[in-house]
Amino acid sequence: MPDATGLELIAAEVREQLGHETVVDTEFFRGRATLQVNPASVRDVLRYLKEEAGETFPHLMSVHGCDYLPEEPRLGVHYQLLSMERVDRLNVKTRVTVEDPAVPSVVDLFPTANFQEREVYDMFGVEFDGHPDPRRILMPEDYVGHPQRRDFPMGGEEVLFTFNEHQVPRWYD
Amino acid sequence: MEVIRQAVNGGNADPKDLRINQLRARQLLRGELEGEDLDRYVEDRMGLTTLEQAQNWARANALFPLTFGLACCAIEMISVVGSPRVDASRFGAEVFRASPRQADMIILSGRVSIKMAPILRRIYDQMLEPKWVIAMGACASSAGMFNNYALVQGADKFMPVDVYVPGCPPRPEALMYGIIKLQNKIKGDPTLGWRARYNAKGTEELA
Amino acid sequence: MTDVEHTHDPLAVPYREREQSVSMERMDEPGAPIPGSELDEYSELFTINIGPHHPATHGVLRLLTTLEGEIVKDVVPIIGYLHTGIEKSCEDQQYWKVIPFVERMDYLSYYFNATAFCMAVEKLLDEEVPQRAQYLRVIHLELNRIASHLFWLGTSALDLGAITMLWWALRDRDMILDLFEMSSGQRLHTRYIQVGGVFEDLPPGWDTKCREFLARMPSRIDQYEALLDRNEILLQRLKNTGVVSEERLLELGITGPLLRATGNPWDLRKADPYSCYDHFDFKIPVGTTGDNYDRFRVRMAEMRESLKIIEQALDGLPEGQYISDNRKIALPPRHELATSMEALIHHFKLVTEGFRVPPGEVYQPIEAPRGELGCYVLADGSSKPARVHFRDTSFVNLQMLPDMSKGHLLADMIAGVAMLDPIIGGVDR
Repeated sequence: MPDATGLELIAAEVREQLGHETVVDTEFFRGRATLQVNPASVRDVLRYLKEEAGETFPHLMSVHGCDYLPEEPRLGVHYQLLSMERVDRLNVKTRVTVEDPAVPSVVDLFPTANFQEREVYDMFGVEFDGHPDPRRILMPEDYVGHPQRRDFPMGGEEVLFTFNEHQVPRWYD
Repeated sequence: MEVIRQAVNGGNADPKDLRINQLRARQLLRGELEGEDLDRYVEDRMGLTTLEQAQNWARANALFPLTFGLACCAIEMISVVGSPRVDASRFGAEVFRASPRQADMIILSGRVSIKMAPILRRIYDQMLEPKWVIAMGACASSAGMFNNYALVQGADKFMPVDVYVPGCPPRPEALMYGIIKLQNKIKGDPTLGWRARYNAKGTEELA
Repeated sequence: MTDVEHTHDPLAVPYREREQSVSMERMDEPGAPIPGSELDEYSELFTINIGPHHPATHGVLRLLTTLEGEIVKDVVPIIGYLHTGIEKSCEDQQYWKVIPFVERMDYLSYYFNATAFCMAVEKLLDEEVPQRAQYLRVIHLELNRIASHLFWLGTSALDLGAITMLWWALRDRDMILDLFEMSSGQRLHTRYIQVGGVFEDLPPGWDTKCREFLARMPSRIDQYEALLDRNEILLQRLKNTGVVSEERLLELGITGPLLRATGNPWDLRKADPYSCYDHFDFKIPVGTTGDNYDRFRVRMAEMRESLKIIEQALDGLPEGQYISDNRKIALPPRHELATSMEALIHHFKLVTEGFRVPPGEVYQPIEAPRGELGCYVLADGSSKPARVHFRDTSFVNLQMLPDMSKGHLLADMIAGVAMLDPIIGGVDR
């Protein structure tokens, strides 16, 4: 893993090459490095880290989303990069709001992101511009809502105990 | 060496003795049994039953399960039919058919998600009467520990279930017990229509 | 939420066009002969739906296949028929209670799911796992790897027509499940791996039984190889079918036996050792051409290597505790509850509320039987995780199916799906 100084060097390199406003933040937590970038420049940063950086990270292992409610901006998308040669991992993170959930898609750089970006769209509603097949993948096609957001209800039904079994309507009523 | 003599055509021969049975069968075929011997021979070998009972006995002992493995319970189900320890073919349920038209029992092994439920119902409808359903595992019986948006809370919300086998996943022995319970249910039950069995008013199909 | 939906209203487009994987515009002209095929203007491409209920026992996977005769022109895997919302359910449970949920994702390699989650949480807590616990974890993980490969072997051979393998593989898998039952009480989904170590120490007699298994297994694997390796039908079906190049696999993010079959020896147990894997001496089997036969051979060889690891771990099992000492995350042993007040309070707090994890997020990858299994946990300081996500191997591996089967026969696609070893519980979560 790049250590704290290595992470700062990477951040400085990216800022220098792609502009100062791309890298928003760096975090180094429990030995893992995270680079937070702003959503519009995700594709450029990943392309730079894949091909041109001093230390490249040519493989994308995972694209996942999460919901940071109540912190704004709410939705986060994480890209987990790997370099097999140096056995190095770097996490690139970006955060978008629910009102404007647009992130450029990286499917042409990393074909592995195809299913994974569809899953992030399905579960959180983050729209990936340029994705060849922007459909839901896990939920039924006509489902409304994005289930894994924190304010989406858990669903299911009330567990019946003796104290409430007469209040809960059954399906045959 | 002791030699024991016993009369065959007399009252005290052991009816289960194989040699005596062979002798009697040969006599019958040759037309040599008459009168009382013939009556006794026929009585020993005839059972009286009704057509329904015979039918049920045949149906119970030759169940054709449908291959319907959904999730982890499917692995235990395959262990029931595959593993030499608990073997469903001892009880006649060995032939797993892939086509619902040829199967009469569906073992719902695994969690039923909302995307899968209409497909499952369609497969159940394609099966021919008489058909039975075993809900194997906690997820098929009642969604198990997954009380959330993505699962149908129990398969009995949209299809009738005969036997519920609890467990997560149930041991192969438990599933075997469930199959035997289903067999007893088939043999003992006077009506085969499930709508009469469950007093399921309002579920008639109109099309 | 509906604002986001209206641009992608799926019901506005008719079903056939939505799902059609090959559009007719991709042909040079409608009616023109496709180069390299005998398709004339009276023939057409035939779209068929394989699944989600079909006899190949890989679960509820739906393959929308477009065929020209027997040659697959395009295949679109459609998943989601087993989506259980496990990740969302985990947000509602204490960390301890998440372990049974998470085990049911990739339901053949349940110890791996639990280990990835527990290692992620231990990283967040900055907690050390005692060495004995790490060795016990390794033993159970490798046993589970063998069990998963055996089940794969049985069902894949069943798909290809070699039905005998199913009975043999399940017979040996039953031996492993007996060992699991002896150590934890359950055959599948054992909750044996806990945050901080393992649930319980090995019972007396487990060591002997495990060594019996280890002694018996190599000859059994020899029997399987004798049955399958030189079988003409298997060789014809597996050799030179389903070849995907190493670069394409790396682009698709695929690791595990699929990548090792192409010759790339990437294995997280060696590259980035966790849980004392660097104490053991084992090799990484790799293939040469990356076809289905190599994938088959790599998994058979991996079973043998796992046997070696288990033997070394049993021989070198250190004394010590089986779970961390930190009473704030691990339950105190029951005999202490009668004497110590603090132990009682800790027990009470752990059972009712659960331990709290300081805020942070971490991604922990491990080497599962199918490749890299990663667990991402976001903690917000409370006793329930704010997000648990698994980078599941089968989900990513499934993307290679179109590459593997386009332009090849339908039967080769079925063999390819068998060798790909997808577990739909992991794909759909």
